[in-house]
Amino acid sequence: MTKDKIMQDEGKIRQGTLGEALNRQGVSRRSFMKYFASTASMLALPPAMLPVIARALEQARRPSVIWLSFQECTGCTESFTRAHTSTLENLIFDAISLDYHHTLQAAAGHAAEAARVAAMEENYGEYLLVVDGSIPAGNPGYSTIAGISNLDMLKEAAKGAAAIIAVGTCSTYGGIPQADPNPTGAVSVGEIIKDKPIVNVPGCPPIPVVMTGVLAHFLTFGTLPELDHLGRPKTFYGKSIHDRCYRRPFYDKGLFAETFDDEGAKKGWCLFKLGCKGPTTYNACATVKWNDGTSFPIEAGHPCIGCSEPDFWDGGGFYRALSMPTENITKTAVYTAAGAAAAGVALGAMNRAKKSASNKIHIKVTIDDLEK
Amino acid sequence: MTEIELLNWARGPGLQIATIIFVAGVVIRIIEILMLGRKPNLAEAKGSEMSAGLKTMVSRTVPDRATFKRSSFTITAGYFFHLGLFITFFMFAPHILLIRDVIGFGWPALPTPVVDAFAVITIISLLAVLVNRLTNKVMRYLTNFGDLLTWFLTLAPLVTGYIAFHRIGFTAPTLLAMHILSVELLLIVFPFTKLMHAFTLFLARWYNGAISGYRGVAS
Repeated sequence: MTKDKIMQDEGKIRQGTLGEALNRQGVSRRSFMKYFASTASMLALPPAMLPVIARALEQARRPSVIWLSFQECTGCTESFTRAHTSTLENLIFDAISLDYHHTLQAAAGHAAEAARVAAMEENYGEYLLVVDGSIPAGNPGYSTIAGISNLDMLKEAAKGAAAIIAVGTCSTYGGIPQADPNPTGAVSVGEIIKDKPIVNVPGCPPIPVVMTGVLAHFLTFGTLPELDHLGRPKTFYGKSIHDRCYRRPFYDKGLFAETFDDEGAKKGWCLFKLGCKGPTTYNACATVKWNDGTSFPIEAGHPCIGCSEPDFWDGGGFYRALSMPTENITKTAVYTAAGAAAAGVALGAMNRAKKSASNKIHIKVTIDDLEK
Repeated sequence: MTEIELLNWARGPGLQIATIIFVAGVVIRIIEILMLGRKPNLAEAKGSEMSAGLKTMVSRTVPDRATFKRSSFTITAGYFFHLGLFITFFMFAPHILLIRDVIGFGWPALPTPVVDAFAVITIISLLAVLVNRLTNKVMRYLTNFGDLLTWFLTLAPLVTGYIAFHRIGFTAPTLLAMHILSVELLLIVFPFTKLMHAFTLFLARWYNGAISGYRGVAS
C-alpha cells in the first residue's frame, strides 16, 4: 500500500466520534455506561457526573495520541495493556486514536515513522504526547529511532502537543538509566521540555488504571488533573503507601517482621525493618492495588521499593530500612577516631609544652619582693 | 533537588560529614583533657582514688538533699528530659536499626506508642526548662547565646522526629529529611558546646570522687 492510501484509510477511521465507533463495534450502551461508571469512581467523581462523562465521551472525536518510547524497558506498555477498567483493545483503542506506538502498532520502519509525522501534522496543537523512557542527554546518539535521536524527536513532537503525559519513573524522573553512575546522561522529560503542560505518572511500572485514569480525565474534561509539587495527579499520588497500608497498625504498635520468613512475617507484621519505603512513597498501590485489585507488593510480603519516587534506585538499597544510613558510617567513624586520636595526642603534647614553657618563664614572687 | 534526593543526601554524605566532625571533635577534646593531666599530689594517700572515683560516677546520679532543695525544678525537669531523651532515641525500633548498622549490635525495642508518649514528655520538659531559664532572674543573668543554641539543637530532632512520625505538614520525604538533617546539625555543633557534658560528666564525677577518696573522705 502506498503511503497516501495508508493515510487515507487512517483518516476515515479517525473521523468517527467515539459513540459511533463503539456502536459500530457492537458495544451496548449498557457496557458503555458501566465502563464510565468505574472510570468515574476511580477518579473519585460523584455518580451525578456519569451522564456528563458519557455525553462528553460519546461525542468526542477520538483524539490523536502519539506514544514515544525512549530509553525504556517497555514495562509501562506491558502494564498499560493489563488495564482492567476496560480492556485495552475494546475501549481504549476506540476512545483514542493511537497513531504511534512501537509495541502495539502494526506498521514498522518507514511506514511507522510516516504515520507519526502525518498524525503530528494533521493534529498539530491537539494531540496528546505520551512518553516513556528517559532521554540520553549525555550523548544523544546513545538512543535513536530511525536515525533520529530521542532528544530531537521529543523536542519536535512536543512542539505540536496539547499536553505531555510522561509515563513511568524513567520519563518522569530519570528512572533506572539515571541511576548511579548514569552512563548515558539520562534525563527526564521535564528537564527538557519547559513550555508544555506535563503530567508525571511515575511508577516502575505505573499501575494500569492510573495510566488509563489520567487519559480518561483528559478525554472527559480536556484538562489535566490537579497535580502535586512533583507533577503527579493528586487523585492517585496524593497519599503515601504508608498512610493507606493495611499493615499500618503493626507499624504504629512497633511490631515488625525481622526476616522474610519469621513469625512476624507470617503474621503479616510491618515490613519497615526489611527496607519498606512505603513511608516516603506516594502511589495508589495500597488502595487501587494491582491485577484488578488482587494484591500489591506489601500484601505479598515484600517491602515497597518506592518505585514512583525519583532516585529510588540510589536510596541505599531496597532492603535497607529508611532509618539506616545509605553509606558505611562505621568505617568513617573508626578511621576518624583513629586520626583524631593521633591529632588529640599531638595537640595534647603541644598543650603540655605550652604549659611547661609558661611554667619556666613564670616569675616567682617571694615575700621579700612584696615587702619591698 | 527533589525531596527524595535531599533525603538520600541526608542519609548518605550528610551523615558521613556529621560523623567525621562529631567523632573527631569528641575524641580530640577528651584526649586533650586527659593529656593535660593533674598536678601531682605530694600528700600521703589516705584512701583509694580509683574505687572512690568509680563509686562517685554512679552515686552522683542521685542528688543530695541540699542541692535538690535549692534547684528542685531544674533537677526534676532535667531528669524527665534526660530519661525521655534516652528512651526516645535508644528504645525506638527504627533508631535501634540505625545503631545496629553502625556499631554491629542492637537490642529489643519498646512498643512504639510508649516511645511516642515519652517523646511528648521530653519535649514538654525541654520547654519547661527554657521557661525556667528565662523567668528565673539568676538563670536569665547567666544565660548566653550558647545556652540557647544548644537548647534549640536538642529540641529540633525531638520535634522534627515527632512530626515526621505523625506526618504533619509537609510531604513524608521532606519531614524525614528535616529530622535527619537536624540530628546532623546537632552532631556537628556538639563538640564545640557544653553538650560535651555527655562525655565529660563521667570524667568530672570520677575526679570529684578521686580527690575525696585520696584524702580518705566521703564524696
